[in-house]
Amino acid sequence: MQKLLLLGDEAIAQGAIDAGISGIYAYPGTPSTEITEYVHASKEASEKGVIASWAANEKTAMEAAIGMSYAGKRTMVCMKHVGLNVAADPFINAAITGANGGMIVVAADDPSMHSSQNEQDSRFYGKFALIPILEPSSQQEAYDMVHYGFELSEKFKVPVLLRITTRLAHSRSGVARSASKEQNEGSLPSDLRQFVLLPAIARKRYQGLLDTQPAFREESSKTKYNEYIDGNDKSLGIIACGLAYNYLMENYRNGCPYPVLKIGQYPLPTDMVEKMVDSVDRTLVLEDGYPMVEELLTGLLGRGLKISGRFDNTVPYAGELNPNVVARALGLEDTYGTDAPNLIVGRPPSMCPGCPHVDSYKDLLEALEPYSNGRVFSDIGCYTLGALPPFEAINSCVDMGASITMAKGAADAGLVPAVAVIGDSTFTHSGMTGLLDAVNANSPITVMILDNSTTGMTGGQPSAAFSKVEEICLGIGVEKEHIHVLKPLKKNHEENTAIIKKELEYQGVSVIIPTRECVVTLNRRMQAKFKNKKK
Amino acid sequence: MKRDIILAGVGGQGILSTAAIIGLAAIEKGWYLKQAEVHGMSQRGGDVQSHLRISEDPIYSDLIPFGQADMILSVEPMESLRYLPYLNNETGWLVTNDKPFINIPNYPEQETVYNEIRKVKNHILINAEDIAKDLQSPKSANVVMLGSAVAQLGIEKQYFENAIKGLFGRKGEEVVNVNITALEAGIKFAEQYKV
Repeated sequence: MQKLLLLGDEAIAQGAIDAGISGIYAYPGTPSTEITEYVHASKEASEKGVIASWAANEKTAMEAAIGMSYAGKRTMVCMKHVGLNVAADPFINAAITGANGGMIVVAADDPSMHSSQNEQDSRFYGKFALIPILEPSSQQEAYDMVHYGFELSEKFKVPVLLRITTRLAHSRSGVARSASKEQNEGSLPSDLRQFVLLPAIARKRYQGLLDTQPAFREESSKTKYNEYIDGNDKSLGIIACGLAYNYLMENYRNGCPYPVLKIGQYPLPTDMVEKMVDSVDRTLVLEDGYPMVEELLTGLLGRGLKISGRFDNTVPYAGELNPNVVARALGLEDTYGTDAPNLIVGRPPSMCPGCPHVDSYKDLLEALEPYSNGRVFSDIGCYTLGALPPFEAINSCVDMGASITMAKGAADAGLVPAVAVIGDSTFTHSGMTGLLDAVNANSPITVMILDNSTTGMTGGQPSAAFSKVEEICLGIGVEKEHIHVLKPLKKNHEENTAIIKKELEYQGVSVIIPTRECVVTLNRRMQAKFKNKKK
Repeated sequence: MKRDIILAGVGGQGILSTAAIIGLAAIEKGWYLKQAEVHGMSQRGGDVQSHLRISEDPIYSDLIPFGQADMILSVEPMESLRYLPYLNNETGWLVTNDKPFINIPNYPEQETVYNEIRKVKNHILINAEDIAKDLQSPKSANVVMLGSAVAQLGIEKQYFENAIKGLFGRKGEEVVNVNITALEAGIKFAEQYKV
């Protein structure tokens, strides 16, 4: 079959379509977004009736996937690493309920924080949930592992975690497809109380999960994704997880002289690890993310085994791996071009020309002029760029939805007025419940919900909040006279500023909703319209 | 034979479509390819880069090691210099369009940027915009620039022509021809740089 040129994300999506999923659920988040986008755009998937649906947040996505699995069909749910924090509750419990139809959870980690607030390692979540984890080293493996992951999930009746990182997610390479599978017929779990996690049932289910652990390890020893490649020089052995294997082999294009254990599946294959540490003088662990494997091997005291990695600074603790970091860890000669000349200046990302957020920030900043600095709590989206010059308008960006709740807490502490700045999609992701807290406490906060009618930062996916923001606020109990829908345009600057100013003085919850479509999605829509007209 | 290419520019300048032409040409020649792209936050007017690796032999790393790139291909002059740590000092080529993209208040003096580019042992500084304008096809500046790099890419011209046909075919014969003319103009421009 002809090879497709696919991003790692797209390889996973194509794998899911070919492996017979009936539905994929996700909330957009870099670097995971393209998986669901691909299924969305796939003609094949739509002909097969695959549901490709953006959810309000990662938790609702995860729960929908659990429901589809309950009903006996194969399903995938995708998110960025921090999205798995949002979905952690159903994720951990799904390991206890078990899966009926095959279920794969994709978590895309972002070591080096290219587009994220932290570089947490999702393998810990898989370990925490006591389920098998797959970690591909190439686009082809990513594709193949989806097929295999569903087999694993249906064999052991548990969800499987597929962990990738930015470099694989957003790197393109040739992928050969394998034979497509039909979707599952719907079927209920044989035990209809399996998903009822009352303590008595949960204890039984949990014991079952514990009892399956040796089988998971055995599977890890048999799988083709864990491979022991012997080498003549036993002074060093290398455990290389996921992409780290590529960086290793980049440095040994004609073959590695040391024994190598290539890891693509967890829990770790105990016998293979044992074989490695028993036959070499020292073991180097190369893994992207946190030193998880290294920590398992060293233990608390690190006595006995000679293990190198991030703990002993053979590899820097923070940041993603690359061929040079690995070369230095191996004591090989490092390569470097020339330093970039000093005249080069930074070019940080910025809001697009014509972006509605620009006008919203101008209005807000002027309205805030009478007050001291440091009272604007923001959130996660394009408007987070308001932290940078020329605005330098915001004082926080912590997690999805935190703007409103942090403003409430700060107001409780006496910081009045406190302002929250949040986007429409982030508002329905995790802002609504916080707004309810604020309303119930009649907190003196002003919430700006910047409604650009899309999920902008990730490329303009539909927003779950579309045309609903005002009604939601009313429903939550914000007083009608303190909700203002504005049009953020230069010509409305004075009027908008005056409204914000007035609401900053109000000693209760007010909501300002500057509403104007994102210029990127607007342009895209206009171009499509123009194209259709031409046809 | 392998070519490791850093594609550089500013978010929205179309470096990924330039990468697509090279990628298609390499695939058609039967080479392997890996291409690490930048998506997400940095696309909003920030500096962007893509690591494009093409090779007769299988490729391991998605990232090009520092000091080992065979080429920096940039649609923006200052951005071309940002990636010098990746370029092979001896054999690597820096190929860049000369038109600055100024979306920051402290963009350096243009001439000093050009001087730094001229210091690189193997470089091509091309006024792709003007050449494209002369061809009555201002939109094909990136293809003109790509043309100026063709001699250093180890892939014959006809593969690039086929790639252009493959990518622009849907838009009609005229668009294909305009881009092939642009490619040729770039190739011709680069002849003065022959070593």
